[in-house]
Amino acid sequence: MTEQPLLRVENLRKHFALTKGILFTRTLGYIKAVDDVSFEIRAGETLGLVGESGCGKTTTSRMILNLEEPTEGRVLLDGEPIHGLQGEARSAYRAKVQAVFQDPWSSLNPRMKVGRTIAEALIVNRWGDRAKIAARVRELLLQVGLRPEQAEQYPHEFSGGQRQRVALAAALASRPRLIVLDEPVSALDVSIRAQMMNLLKDIQAQDNVAYLLVAHDLATVRHMADHTVVMYLGKIVEQAPTASLFADVRHPYTKALFAAVLVARPNRQEEEIELKGEVPSPLDPPAGCRFHTRCPYVMPQCSQKEPALRAVAPGHFVACHLFDDMRAA
Amino acid sequence: MSETVLDVRDLHTHFFLRRGVVKAVDGVSFSLRRGEVLGLVGESGCGKSLTALSLMRLLPKGGARTIKGEVLLDGENILERSPAEMREIRGRRISMVLQDPQTSLNPVFSIGDQLREAILRRRRAPRDEVTKEAVAALRRVEIAAPEQRLGQYPHQMSGGMKQRVVGAIAISGQPAVLIADEPTTALDVTIQLQYLKLLKRLQAETGMAILFITHDFGVVGRMCDRVAVMYAGRIVECGPVRQIFDAPAHPYTRALIASVPKMTGPIGRLTTIEGQPPSLMDLPAGCRFASRCAQVEPRCLAAYPGTVQVGPEHTADCWKVVPA
Repeated sequence: MTEQPLLRVENLRKHFALTKGILFTRTLGYIKAVDDVSFEIRAGETLGLVGESGCGKTTTSRMILNLEEPTEGRVLLDGEPIHGLQGEARSAYRAKVQAVFQDPWSSLNPRMKVGRTIAEALIVNRWGDRAKIAARVRELLLQVGLRPEQAEQYPHEFSGGQRQRVALAAALASRPRLIVLDEPVSALDVSIRAQMMNLLKDIQAQDNVAYLLVAHDLATVRHMADHTVVMYLGKIVEQAPTASLFADVRHPYTKALFAAVLVARPNRQEEEIELKGEVPSPLDPPAGCRFHTRCPYVMPQCSQKEPALRAVAPGHFVACHLFDDMRAA
Repeated sequence: MSETVLDVRDLHTHFFLRRGVVKAVDGVSFSLRRGEVLGLVGESGCGKSLTALSLMRLLPKGGARTIKGEVLLDGENILERSPAEMREIRGRRISMVLQDPQTSLNPVFSIGDQLREAILRRRRAPRDEVTKEAVAALRRVEIAAPEQRLGQYPHQMSGGMKQRVVGAIAISGQPAVLIADEPTTALDVTIQLQYLKLLKRLQAETGMAILFITHDFGVVGRMCDRVAVMYAGRIVECGPVRQIFDAPAHPYTRALIASVPKMTGPIGRLTTIEGQPPSLMDLPAGCRFASRCAQVEPRCLAAYPGTVQVGPEHTADCWKVVPA
């Protein structure tokens, strides 16, 4: 029997219309921010979503958070579509799927004591009386490694790492099934980053919460994620269990991403792929494979036909014409 | 023969506030040789950016003063130069690239105007000659179709391209020293690699020395010949890159390197450094890392350790380090 995934993303598309004029608006074109993206997240697992600016990873996560309506496709939580939910059902979804963003400064209200920020979700959902909520806030602060009496402090009294812990406590308040972590550690210092990553793993082990980790740092993803999805210009180019991806990178873009990771002690001569130029505009993405304008292995068919995702190993999918002759595994 | 181009001796830059004195840079010494890249590494608030601004004599408003020390640029102490003299030194002999290219470029002037301004500050020349030089400067930083780019504004360029323009302006005066303060932190990884390679190539062509400020050990491994690690206003360890990575002497450097998630090897719990750096307003008498150090001893709390020679070019400020 196959276990039903916690979250399913099916053929998700988001196209933003680019318009000109205020009264007589004309549509100049569409930015295909997310273009046919599908993946699954199982309960208690972490999915890493990797790519550079403009690849669509943030738009994808915003659709999962129900902050953005997809142009096409669906997002299902426990088999139930999440878009089009109204009233109670919508609040119930918000309680089940929470988020922690990169900059804890902008996600905490500077004029609110952090205890109140954490309690907010509980108050909105009429979770219990004052005493019960206060007890839960204390429990949450302890869970994220802060002291219960710090509930009475304001965000400016905390360091960056501590603020990120507060944001995490607020996200955990409603006992979510999934937390979208959008670059949760990239604003933190190296030593603090390690603390936060350990904490996230501990909480996952305790609460069986799933994470969607949006990140650009591959080493962070390697340490956190069970599965990894690599995106380029709105498309998935490669997806695999993290261990198998790191053992055997297939797509030329993923290879370039790996080659760009700077390691302190380069102990072996890596295949050096330097990408020429920059990411093309998503308003007018290249025909065929979107990566073909920068790909060192470009072939004639790459500008003609869009490659489909195909299996190159169990669970490991690549969208590249280099693997056209491979028999589906 | 390596020749010192910049020698910083016992630099102190403090913020004098009503609440007290923040000792942000508190006795920093290092030297930079012609044609080398020295990495200055440390976490937020350790004083690495303020060290750079002290060298440029561009301290932020609001009570910051360099109260002690020498900054010898080709043997001349630039801390004693007048503001007018400093304007001649900046850009021609010592130059700087900042983290965010958006704030370094003026949004209402074209790229060409800003490049021409930098060139005209150095010498008077006819307009078409200056334009030709501006085009050459953009070509050097590998910007395609430079003639067309001159008429464009910063918002029409990507982050990576803007940072190249900033680089072109910074090196247009052929400075002997370039200070790069986290120049790639705002860039995407593949663009970061392009930019670092470009910097390396420019350095090889011009022989300038680079003081590269970063918090990223990966960038250090790629770019630097030597590294200085800063903690709470002081350099706690300095040495050749290989030695710092293979045999870090200071416990802080060791912990910092260990806490970086790796691309290879086992995936387990990451090593962390517990606690917080001390307040720069109320520094301890002893070693500044003592409160977070796993190997702390009574003498660490009593007095600041001297700088110990660990290897030929490798020093560390730690009581437990055995002198070579």
